[in-house]
Amino acid sequence: MTRLLASAALAAALAGPALAEGRLSIYHWFEYIPQELLDKFAAEHGVTVTMDTYDSNEAMLAALKAGRLGQYDVAVPADFMVQIMRDEGMLDSFTPEEVPNLVNIAPEWIDVPFDPGRRHSIPYQWGSTAFAVNRDVWQGEIDTLAIIFDPPPELSGRINVLDSQNEVLTLGSLYLGIPQCTTDRDRLRALNDMLLAAKRHWASFGSDTAKDVLVSGDAAAGMIYNGFSMKAREEGANIEYAWPKEGYVAWMDNVVLLKDAPNRENALKFMNFLLEPENAAAVTNYARYTSAVTGVEPFLDEALKSSPEVNPPADAPAGTFVEACPQEVQALYDAIWVNLKK
Amino acid sequence: MSGGVRHYPGFAAIAALCLAILYLPLGVVAVYSFNASTSITAWGGFSWRWYIDVFQGPEAPRFRAAAWNSVTIAFLAASVATAIAVAAAVAMVRSGRFRGKSATFALISLPLMVPEIVTAVATLIFFSTIGLTPGYLTILIAHITFCIPFAYLPVAARLSGIDPAFEAAARDLYASRGQAFRLILLPLLAPGIVSGWLLAFIISLDDFIITNFVKGAGMETLPTAIFGSVKQGIKPNIMAISTMLLAVSILFVTLSWLAGRTGRRAAAPS
Amino acid sequence: MAAAGPAPGAARGPAVPGDRPLTLPLLLPAWAVIGVFLVVPVGLMVVYSFLTQGFRGGVIWEFSLAAYDRFFLDRGLFGDEPPRLEWTYIAVFWRSLWQAGLATLTCLIVGFPTAWFIATRPARSRTAWAFLITVPYWVNLLIRTVSLRFLIRDQGPVNQALIALGLTDAPIQMLNTDFAVQLGLFYSYLPFMVLPIYAAVERYDFALSEAAADLGASRWVALREVVIPSVRPGIVAGCLLVFIPSLGAFLAPDLLGGAKTYMIGSLIEDQFKGSLGNWPFGAAVSVILLSMVLVALLFYARNQAREGRA
Repeated sequence: MTRLLASAALAAALAGPALAEGRLSIYHWFEYIPQELLDKFAAEHGVTVTMDTYDSNEAMLAALKAGRLGQYDVAVPADFMVQIMRDEGMLDSFTPEEVPNLVNIAPEWIDVPFDPGRRHSIPYQWGSTAFAVNRDVWQGEIDTLAIIFDPPPELSGRINVLDSQNEVLTLGSLYLGIPQCTTDRDRLRALNDMLLAAKRHWASFGSDTAKDVLVSGDAAAGMIYNGFSMKAREEGANIEYAWPKEGYVAWMDNVVLLKDAPNRENALKFMNFLLEPENAAAVTNYARYTSAVTGVEPFLDEALKSSPEVNPPADAPAGTFVEACPQEVQALYDAIWVNLKK
Repeated sequence: MSGGVRHYPGFAAIAALCLAILYLPLGVVAVYSFNASTSITAWGGFSWRWYIDVFQGPEAPRFRAAAWNSVTIAFLAASVATAIAVAAAVAMVRSGRFRGKSATFALISLPLMVPEIVTAVATLIFFSTIGLTPGYLTILIAHITFCIPFAYLPVAARLSGIDPAFEAAARDLYASRGQAFRLILLPLLAPGIVSGWLLAFIISLDDFIITNFVKGAGMETLPTAIFGSVKQGIKPNIMAISTMLLAVSILFVTLSWLAGRTGRRAAAPS
Repeated sequence: MAAAGPAPGAARGPAVPGDRPLTLPLLLPAWAVIGVFLVVPVGLMVVYSFLTQGFRGGVIWEFSLAAYDRFFLDRGLFGDEPPRLEWTYIAVFWRSLWQAGLATLTCLIVGFPTAWFIATRPARSRTAWAFLITVPYWVNLLIRTVSLRFLIRDQGPVNQALIALGLTDAPIQMLNTDFAVQLGLFYSYLPFMVLPIYAAVERYDFALSEAAADLGASRWVALREVVIPSVRPGIVAGCLLVFIPSLGAFLAPDLLGGAKTYMIGSLIEDQFKGSLGNWPFGAAVSVILLSMVLVALLFYARNQAREGRA
């Protein structure tokens, strides 16, 4: 028995975490960084990289607030979420000397409203969220959000919706022409009623499944991010990404330095690493979005230059960034989301 | 006539249907894991490529780490749980009636009664409150806890089939209590212990719901790694992993079954 | 198979009368582990259900009935209307009860004849059959659910087979329906139904059926009047073993049902893993689920005790 317990203790010690020095702990979106790039970073800097994934900004925030803060070094929130996390004091800051490659950021992405001067975050990728439609099932017009919220009979019951509060509510608001962060209860009630009526047409809620359901044909239309839609098309789905006339969500995901990061030094090295044009291009080639690093062009895939998902038509409206609403307004939006999901 | 009351028309067909339902999905997954094609719907000929992919593909390091965690946790959890279960079973079966016996039995079977999702929630809240960082240790503790009844039941069943006269005879011949246990009871009990350990091992290896709640940053077991991959589409390499896990499960159940059978034969009191 | 005679040791005292029993130290590890890592956590979960939710994740250590209030009372979309009874979560429980109940019934309808058939085989093939039924249970529930998802998707093998057989022109949508959830629960827990009934039928004295037949009862009358009452403990145990895990299932609704309509399990899971991070509410739903299961178990125990007396 003693021998058994001793060997048990030994095995536990072996399996336990190594010294924190050579590690980097990433909290990232699903399917958003190629394993080869993580391996490259691990080899260059001699660190062990571990990564957990999440499937929405809100889920990431909830997990961090429920005790995960202090376990991860970096996370990848979207624009508005950077602001929320900054306001909540969940981010650490760095100086330009600590991340020399900050100079590689394209000028228009440095003084961003959610992090002026880039003291907590670096740009990761930017893109849009709208929807894609299977052209074998539906040949008609797709330039309207009605495809998702009031679909034609061919698509009704075969629609997947992102399991992401900010994107569903913002697209819904655009469809109804409601300004963001409004406190007008009648308008919010209208949004709530519209979404509840639309839910009858939806087959499933899923973000990480959004590509697979389109490729497998389980869904004939689906709310989706532009790069993810391109990946689905490249995997053989006959789908078209839409640029709805009511507008769509534009976003920028950013790598942030988390407060109480167990491996701050490695986190900064990783952020610097991601700002190398070659590495930024590797992410873009994998995820099919757009990089905000200058000098990536020589490393990019040919297919990206002409892809309809990355290059909107001339008549498409500009994308709308999600706004971080004040807490009391956000509570109203949460109520609508709970009501929709319950 | 006597065969008549045992036979009901249609029951054989339903039993066959039952087996078909149980095995069809597993069989389809096993077959498609050998599919040469990348598509999971079209058959492209026989190939080992997805098995090679599991060990050498881009996701190989992740799956290797997850498999290592799964196997070591299952080994440790099953071993500790079995040790606890053997002690408890000896006390429960050999001590006759004592106060709190049925309460103790209820306590030991509690992990079986509480729905898994509730155990998961309670364990998460507990670790979070006492400030234990989620990770290897939290998973191990949770697994030991829910493995105890699975290890206990076969051991207790086996023990109640062993005549206490064996130990009494040893004690009469001046064996100490420890000697009587080690030299007499333990060998007789061995098949039950093996059986219980194997069940606990498989239960731990399979657990998804509780692990998913208490795992920490960057920590995966095979089921959670599979769940993560499956959400983004069922890829052929997942089918290969599933088929290998299926083979391991079948191997262990067979071993457990054989251990139980030979044990029963050897220990049947005359 | 079973040892002849009364189970030795079961009701006797210690092996050597002079020994002081080691009962307490031997039981201590089991008490400690399950007590500290299951009973205490469940108690803590009850406490959490009475705490205040932090804004988007986390808890504030202040007493609050908000979680139960939200479960039972509807105060309008923005929480400022007079409270009415909230049907949403009651409906989730009702749907879960109904789904779990239906799954239990289907398992019983398929499981009882199967168990009967196995128990009436010759002893040698009987164990082989029982083994065959057990094996799938030991295969990862996640993998079984995933394989089912693969099987029933629109382009999956089942639909392809149906089309090839000319039974349908277009794929029948099975994924993301209540039917898929039903199928998942049925498939996941079927062995739990078969095994206890099999154990009960194996012990059944077929002379009773013969006596009933001699008295002129038809096979089906004998089944209803004689067999089922005798093997009832096995049936009840099987139903419980299917019903309880079905009630808290979340893999089947999540992977097969499209995560669109909640069942209790997915409702709880979403409070901890999802975007809302409402721990007190998740704890409260867990407490309500646990209470229901305990009531069912209590009912079962009383039933057993009554049967023991009869």
